Order: sequence, then structure tokens, then C-alpha cells
Amino acid sequence: MSEPGFDRLSVADVARYFGRRKALTHVTFTCDAGEIVGLLGPNGAGKSTLLNILATLLSPSKGTVTYGDRTSEHGGADIRASIGMLGHDLFLYPELTARENLTFFAQLYGLSDVPGVVSHALEQSGLSARADDYVSGFSRGMRQRVALERALLHDPRLILLDEPFTGLDQASAAALVSRLRNRQQAGCLIVLATHDLDIADALLTKPIFLINGRPVADSGSGRALRERYQAAIASAPA
Amino acid sequence: MTRSTVVMLALAAGMFAMAPFVIDAAPNEATMGLVYKIYFFHMPSAWMFLTAAVVAGVASFRLLFLKRPRAEHWVTAAAELAVLFGAFTLVTGPLWARKAWGVWWVWDARLTSSLMLFMIFVAYTLLKKYGGPGSDKLGAGLALFGMANVPFVYWSVNVWRTLHPKTSVIPSLEPGMRGPFWFCFLAFMLLFTLVLILRTDLEKRRSELDALYLAEEG
Amino acid sequence: MTAFFRIVWIVVKKDITVEVRSFELLSTTVFFAITVVLMFSFSLVVEGRPVQEVAPAILWIAIAFSGTLALGRTFERERQNDTLRALLLAPADRPAIYVGKLVGILLLLMLVEIVLVPLVGLFFNAPIFAEPVRLAITLAAGSLGFCAVGTLFAAMLVRARSRDVLLPIMLYPMTVPVMIAGVRGTAALLQPTPDLAIAQFWLGLLGAFDVVFVILALWTFDPVMTD
Repeated sequence: MSEPGFDRLSVADVARYFGRRKALTHVTFTCDAGEIVGLLGPNGAGKSTLLNILATLLSPSKGTVTYGDRTSEHGGADIRASIGMLGHDLFLYPELTARENLTFFAQLYGLSDVPGVVSHALEQSGLSARADDYVSGFSRGMRQRVALERALLHDPRLILLDEPFTGLDQASAAALVSRLRNRQQAGCLIVLATHDLDIADALLTKPIFLINGRPVADSGSGRALRERYQAAIASAPA
Repeated sequence: MTRSTVVMLALAAGMFAMAPFVIDAAPNEATMGLVYKIYFFHMPSAWMFLTAAVVAGVASFRLLFLKRPRAEHWVTAAAELAVLFGAFTLVTGPLWARKAWGVWWVWDARLTSSLMLFMIFVAYTLLKKYGGPGSDKLGAGLALFGMANVPFVYWSVNVWRTLHPKTSVIPSLEPGMRGPFWFCFLAFMLLFTLVLILRTDLEKRRSELDALYLAEEG
Repeated sequence: MTAFFRIVWIVVKKDITVEVRSFELLSTTVFFAITVVLMFSFSLVVEGRPVQEVAPAILWIAIAFSGTLALGRTFERERQNDTLRALLLAPADRPAIYVGKLVGILLLLMLVEIVLVPLVGLFFNAPIFAEPVRLAITLAAGSLGFCAVGTLFAAMLVRARSRDVLLPIMLYPMTVPVMIAGVRGTAALLQPTPDLAIAQFWLGLLGAFDVVFVILALWTFDPVMTD
């Protein structure tokens, strides 16, 4: 599958309104290849909305999102082929086995050598032994691992993750971090929304603090992420 | 309200005020006597209902396929008018039918198509009201399908009821009747155009107000 | 072109696989359809015998009601775990996804009809084996028209509130021609001497409806699903 292979994601003054509700305003940032951008903020801050916009599932009410040199209106299916998303609800069919889920999505994305790709993904997730068990029987952590591999099946350039560390134990979280670092080194662009500040501190290249849909200025690197986050919340307009 | 709409309003008001007298001047019909005269309001109302439906359908097409966001104002306004004039038509019709055919309702092509189209616009209204955010596009899809459906309903019912009482509803109008008929028709057309423009304008302003509200900082 | 049908095929295969694991949709829809037929039969009993002429009507009403339920619940499945979003996120041709869901639901509905038709034949002494092929084609054409519009509307409503009642409110007026043609066509085939010419005419109308509305749905699916 040919992909545009873009190296930069630019978000310029993006806003999203639902009727009279301002879900997002004035969002501007860039993400380059090899960067991990974090969206940090309280619940309802607009992180999921922003991720959906980046995934082209939602169109911005204002502003533009540029993937390399293309915008989402002109990119369409090509851009979607370069995006992998791990949603909050995991996007897995509980009635299918892990292998069947991965096979379905591999076929949906039109990949060649589907069995090979699926086996590789199962190995990466560490769940080859449980490949033929129904996903409904998996723990949250295990489902997450399958869901992550599902998102990465087609080797996407842009990886979007919505609260990926929720409900993960130490070992699973560490595995996820190492997987993301691996992708980072391969030149992917990663944007993730999270509550877990400690993990984020070690992982992120660049934090974006979102309060009530607006980005709040970062008080500067050097201090721990947790402090910067508290400072951002304190300084945000009410 | 702009000057032209004020003029239209005055004209429409005047015409409707005169209408009873104009209708009174028309001769009584041979078999039905005085009662047929409800037709002078029923028929133009039916035409306005159909016009509203077509406007809604065309605007829906423009919204969905030509990506013109402002077409949405026209869909909303036209759909409301379709419900309004449709209701009026479906009430005055049976009043006429009772006297003309002895029954309140018959399942012929025209009546059934009108009823179904009316139901579709009522469904549209319910969708907009209760469907939550994002119902605009869904409503447009519904209106578009509704328009495409009209020929099918008409065709199917037409064949279904090959046997029906005389329902060609435009009887050959005697010369004396034509004047009042066209007078009322013109009055309705003026009213329809006026309300459509005003309602669309209202929608436009509501959306401008929303935009202003959203553009405000904080 | 082949990519289109490949996507349709894998979506259908996936839906069948999921359904076969539990048979939840199929069994509950079949039994629902049976209860509808029974309710109508009891309501329409005259002098202890069911009125024969109403058999086609009851059949098609049962199809419409169970079809509506099946549509709603199929998309409810895609709503859990947000898999519909995953389908839309894929670079796959979106109309192909629509057709895939349509075929799946149509297959389910036809399986329900395989149970319904003999049941109606039994209760109303209807000669369902007089013209079995024509009857099957009429049912297929009508079900396709109903499901084509229904799949689009159900997909549209996935994120709407009050979607369970809004679906029939939107769908029933829209599928009136299908009901009329389906009932009249079936009635013509179940008469003591089947009237083939009339049945043919109604089948033609169903065919025209199917063509127009499937094409319209294919065009409308993408604009209406993008927010």
C-alpha cells in the first residue's frame, strides 16, 4: 500500500464547536517524525475530540490540519491509510478471537500476506498463545495489546492513542512504552492523550496542556511534568 | 425586515383580508352549492405544500453533495412550511371530500402520496428535535429520500387503486370561478414566499449569532 | 472494482462469523416475527377462522417489524466498542462498507422469512407452493428495498439520541411503496388462481425502487456519515 509518508503534522488554529458548545478553540501545534506529543488535561478537556479530528473522523469547525503537505479534505482515503488509532473503546469485536480480529482489519486495510502480518502482530503483542481465544475473555490489558497491534497492522505513519495507559498494570504499561519508543525510532509521529503524568514525563517529547478545550502555555521544561501540569491548570482562564 | 418583505407582507395581508369577499363573489357550484368554496384555500395550500417539499429536497441535495453549509437554513425553513401547509391541506381536503364524495378519505394516489410526504416531514421535525447534535445532515438525507420517494408512492397507489371515485380535483372551473381561484392562489404564493424568506433569514441570523458567540474569547 | 467487492465480502463474512457465535440476532428476531404473526392472527379471527385475504399483509408487516429490530440491533453491535468508527477510519471505500452491512442484514431477514412464509401458509391455508420461485423473488426484492433504506438510516442514527424510535418513524413512510408492492404482489401469487401478470407488474415496481434507492444510498452514505 503506498502511503504519502509525511513527516510533519501541523495543526493550525483548530476549533470545534458542537452547537453552541466550544469543545476546542485555538489549538495550534506541530508534530514531527520521531516526536511523541502528549495531550494532557482533565476529563472533558477535548482530548478525544482533538484525536478524532486528527484521525479525520471529525472535521474542524475552524482551522486546518495538514499531513505533510495535504489537508484532510484533499487527502481522504490515502491519509487514512497512514493513520492508526487506538481508541478509548478499543475497536475490537468481542465475539471474535484475537486472530480473527486482526485478520479482519488486515483484510480491511488491503494488506498483502495477511496471515504473515497477523502472526507477526500476535508475536509483538505477546499473545500468540491466546490467539484463538475470544477477545471477550481477555483482561483489559490483554485487549489493549491486541488493539494496539490492530492499530499498527498497516504500519501507519501517524499513531493516535486515546488514554492507552488506563487500567494497565506495571508490566503492560512498560511493554506499551517500549512499543511506542520502537515506533518513535522508526520515524513515526505519535500523539497520545493521557492522564498518567509519571509515564508521560518519561515518554513525551512535547506536552500540550488542554483545559476546557484551549491549550494553556507550558511554564517551561526542566521542571517535572506534574508541576508544569499543575501550573497550567492554575493559570488557565476559568 | 427589508422593504420588499414589508411590501409583500402588506400585500399578502390585504389579499387575505379581501379573500372572503372575492370568494363570496364566485358562483355556487352546480351540485355542491356553497360548500365547494373551501377548495379555493385547499388547492393553493396543496401546491405550497408540494413546493415546500421540493425546496427542502433541493436544498438537502445542495447541503450534502455540493457542500453548501448555508443550504441548511433553507432545509429547516422549507421543512417547517411543508408541515404547516401539509397539515392545512390534509385538514381542508377531507372537509371538501366529505361533501363532494360522501367520505372523509380515499386511498387514491394523490392523497396517499401527500400523506406519506407529510409523514416524512413530520419525521424530519422529530429527528431535528430529539435526535441530538448532528441531526442536520441526517435530516437532509431524510428529506432527499423523501423527494425521491414521491414518484414511487404515486405510481404504486395509482395502480393499486385502479378503481376510485372521480378524484381529478381540478374540476373544469366555470369562468366565474377562475378569478377567485387565481386570486387565492396568488395570495397563498405570496404568503409562502414571504414566510420562507423570513424563516430562512431567521435561521441565517441564528447561525450568525452562534458564530459570534463562538468567536468571542473566553 | 474488485477491491469494492472484496471489502463487501469481508464485512459480510465478519458479520456472519459474529452472529454464528451466538445466534442471538437470528433466534430472537425469528421468534419476534412469529409473535407478530400470532398477534395479528388472533386479532383478525372472524367466526373462529382467520381471514384468508390478510395473509400477505400480515407477512409483510411481520417482515417490516422484524427488519426494523434487526437493523437497530445490528448497528447497536457496532456501537459497542466503537467498531463502526474503526470501519470508517479504514481507507476502505465507504459505500463498500454500506453494501457489506446491507448484505448481512438482508441475509438475516431472508432467513427469518424462510420461517415466516410456511407459518403464514399454515395459519391461513395460503398456497405458498403454487408459485414458489416467483414468491421468493418478490420477497427478496421487497426485502432488499426495505433493507437498503433501513441500513442507511440505521447507520445515520448510530450516534443520535432516541434512535430506537426514530428509525421506524423515518423508515416506515419511506418504505410505503415497498409494502404496497410487496403485499399486492404476494397477494396476486397466493390467490386461488395466481395472477402472474399483476405479480410481474409489482415485481417490476419493486425492482425499480431497489435500483433507485440503493444507488441513492450509495451516494448519500459518505456525506451523511462524515461529521
